[in-house]
Amino acid sequence: MSRKLLLTHDNVPNLHTIDVYRSKGGYASVEKALKKMTPEEIVEEVKKSGLRGRGGAGFPTGMKWSFLAKPEGVPRYLVCNADESEPGTFKDRYLMERNPHLLIEGMITSSFALGANTSYIYIRGEYFYVSRILETAIAEAYAKGWLGKNILGTGYNLDLYVQVGAGAYICGEETALLESLEGKRGNPRIKPPFPAIAGLYGCPTVVNNVETIAAVVPIVNDGGDEYAKIGIGRSTGTKLISASGNINKPGVYEIEMGVPVEEFIFSDQYCGGIANGKRMKACVPGGSSVPILPDYLVCKTATGEDRLMTYESLSDGGFATGSMLGSGGFIVYDEHQCVVRNTWNFSRFYHHESCGQCSPCREGTGWMERVLHRLEKGMGNMNDIDLLVELAKKIEGNTICPLGDAAAWPVAAAIKHFRHEFEYHVLYPEKVKDSKHGHKEPIMPVKPAPVMA
Amino acid sequence: MSLLKVTIDNHTIEVPAGTTILQAARLIGKEVAPPAMCYYTKLATSGGYCRTCLVKVSKGSEKDPRPMPKLVASCRTTVMDGMEVQNFTSPEVIEARKGVVEFLLINHPLDCPVCDQAGECHLQDLSYENGRSYSRYEFERRTFDKIDIGDKIKLHMTRCILCYRCVKVADQLTPGRGHGVINRGDVSEISTYIEHAVDNEFSGNMIDVCPVGALTDRTFRFKSRVWFLKPMDAHRDCDKCSGKAVVWKYGNDIYRVTGRKDQWGEVDEWICNTCRYDKKDAKDWTVEGPRKIEKTSVISQNHYEAGTKFVASPETLPVKQLS
Repeated sequence: MSRKLLLTHDNVPNLHTIDVYRSKGGYASVEKALKKMTPEEIVEEVKKSGLRGRGGAGFPTGMKWSFLAKPEGVPRYLVCNADESEPGTFKDRYLMERNPHLLIEGMITSSFALGANTSYIYIRGEYFYVSRILETAIAEAYAKGWLGKNILGTGYNLDLYVQVGAGAYICGEETALLESLEGKRGNPRIKPPFPAIAGLYGCPTVVNNVETIAAVVPIVNDGGDEYAKIGIGRSTGTKLISASGNINKPGVYEIEMGVPVEEFIFSDQYCGGIANGKRMKACVPGGSSVPILPDYLVCKTATGEDRLMTYESLSDGGFATGSMLGSGGFIVYDEHQCVVRNTWNFSRFYHHESCGQCSPCREGTGWMERVLHRLEKGMGNMNDIDLLVELAKKIEGNTICPLGDAAAWPVAAAIKHFRHEFEYHVLYPEKVKDSKHGHKEPIMPVKPAPVMA
Repeated sequence: MSLLKVTIDNHTIEVPAGTTILQAARLIGKEVAPPAMCYYTKLATSGGYCRTCLVKVSKGSEKDPRPMPKLVASCRTTVMDGMEVQNFTSPEVIEARKGVVEFLLINHPLDCPVCDQAGECHLQDLSYENGRSYSRYEFERRTFDKIDIGDKIKLHMTRCILCYRCVKVADQLTPGRGHGVINRGDVSEISTYIEHAVDNEFSGNMIDVCPVGALTDRTFRFKSRVWFLKPMDAHRDCDKCSGKAVVWKYGNDIYRVTGRKDQWGEVDEWICNTCRYDKKDAKDWTVEGPRKIEKTSVISQNHYEAGTKFVASPETLPVKQLS
């Protein structure tokens, strides 16, 4: 059984109450941090731990923290990004539902490390009930003196607020999140300046994912070196994976970095294999915005090595034969799923969620969605496939924020690996008219897997 | 203050710190300046939206010579000492710009023959330089109803490319903003607060900053094509603005009044609504002389003396007799 750091006690009844949480050793990191450590020591521990951002980009957290500008007389802010909206990702919701105090504890410790006296948890609008859970937990923490003025008699003050968004995916982008938190339209800002210099209300701000902040708790408790022992290379610690799709046991799993993908999909400890005894066709390992992998590239890399659940191994081979760990939204498709339909579905999401600020994303996402819809309904032609590749190329990298990339990558990868399926949709329009066409007659890779060197 | 050295398309220039790549390129001249649809020097925080001014930074700076990983919006990226930038010399930039122009045009109605902006439209110039001669977009274009914002401005949202310039004018030039962007994605639209009138002294500058024909002057709409008019520099004593404007004349009649635009299409000084809409009598203005118009502009085609001679008649029309 792999080691758990975040979901250790998640089956304990009433873990969301502060008394039960305390009895399981909760808030120990706050006591240790505030009484025995200096903020610089905590940042040092986080650097040593090798913790990388769990929201998708995988930027080293310690480095992000050390970039925070510290001008005199200007407040600093810590903002927790709980706007988890990526299709296929639901780990933060699970963590906040089951164990809200872990996030609050992480917020207190991290805020102390960064010198923030006001911190925010920005949670997506659809998680309204989770915001209630968090607010109850915060009220408990205030009542017990973990938040507010003069915490534990150390003279450190912290106010923690929960802000509910209006349910826009774009507000998960850190600068759009800050705009929304300031009460404006959630449009991403043009960077630079980065939030570490001018963030919330123009003050230095750190924005971290829920899981990242929660991971600070075990790092402070056990030390950064201990945390860095888990995992492989630059991927350290544990990661929450939201497994979904055609698998026997969908759910949130905490894995040690470095578990082989094959073991994760097929072992009974995790996903438990493909449902209904079918074959795996494809896998999206990191949420809807990362490239899709065909079956022969899921468990092995293009060079024939075992693919592991790490940042490096999943992106091995670049976008030609690899993907990304992303936010850990692990979606598995069986042989009866239609890749074109899936790509259209993702594309429809990005079209709907584009903020409309910069032209390639505003116009391009809509265009891609319409072309994909036409292909999916059997009304497309062969030129459409090349058109999609070109559109994806024109959007990628030319936009203000990464939403454009996120919209372009899945389309480009799906065509790269499953071009024959797109062609099938053009060649046999009468077979794909029915929206459940894949279920009746599996569209399997017609071409065999290429021989790996 | 020390000057920073920046090289754009092999032209080197020294500029003060804080200058953007676009500004530095404009200092060098037209041959290296990237096109800009949303950036406006006089409007703070403008720029970065349209992505037509994307350039490639092949060398970050003297200290950190790594190239930037992506193309950057030159209007919002400040120069570093020793930076090397590629604009027209980079095929990657040209390709990306062509993509952006195509994206801008897919939902544009291309109704230039009936659009008042034709002849002085930045999108027209941009698509002439970077666009393709046909559209690959085979779906229904988005359309909106025309809205009157105030009694002087017509908003034709279908033509809008969402450059946000007019929003910045409303934010920065006029008090009490009642104008902004609603909805999101490809259905976002510029609108006033539940179609309230925009009613303040400098709102007319929205028309001048609009790069396309989305915001037009209702006192001028469908009166004449711009290239039939004679633009003249003129001024008057105005207690609200500088009073320096361009009057567009046909014969002795003033058809419209606009701000004076520089070679980048940006107005030098904002003018007030009184000058713009209410002073249409030749007596109101002291004419300084004809306005310099770029040779390449369609407005210069008539050399100011045309007008009546281009009225279509059966003799001048190149129609082939069919019988």
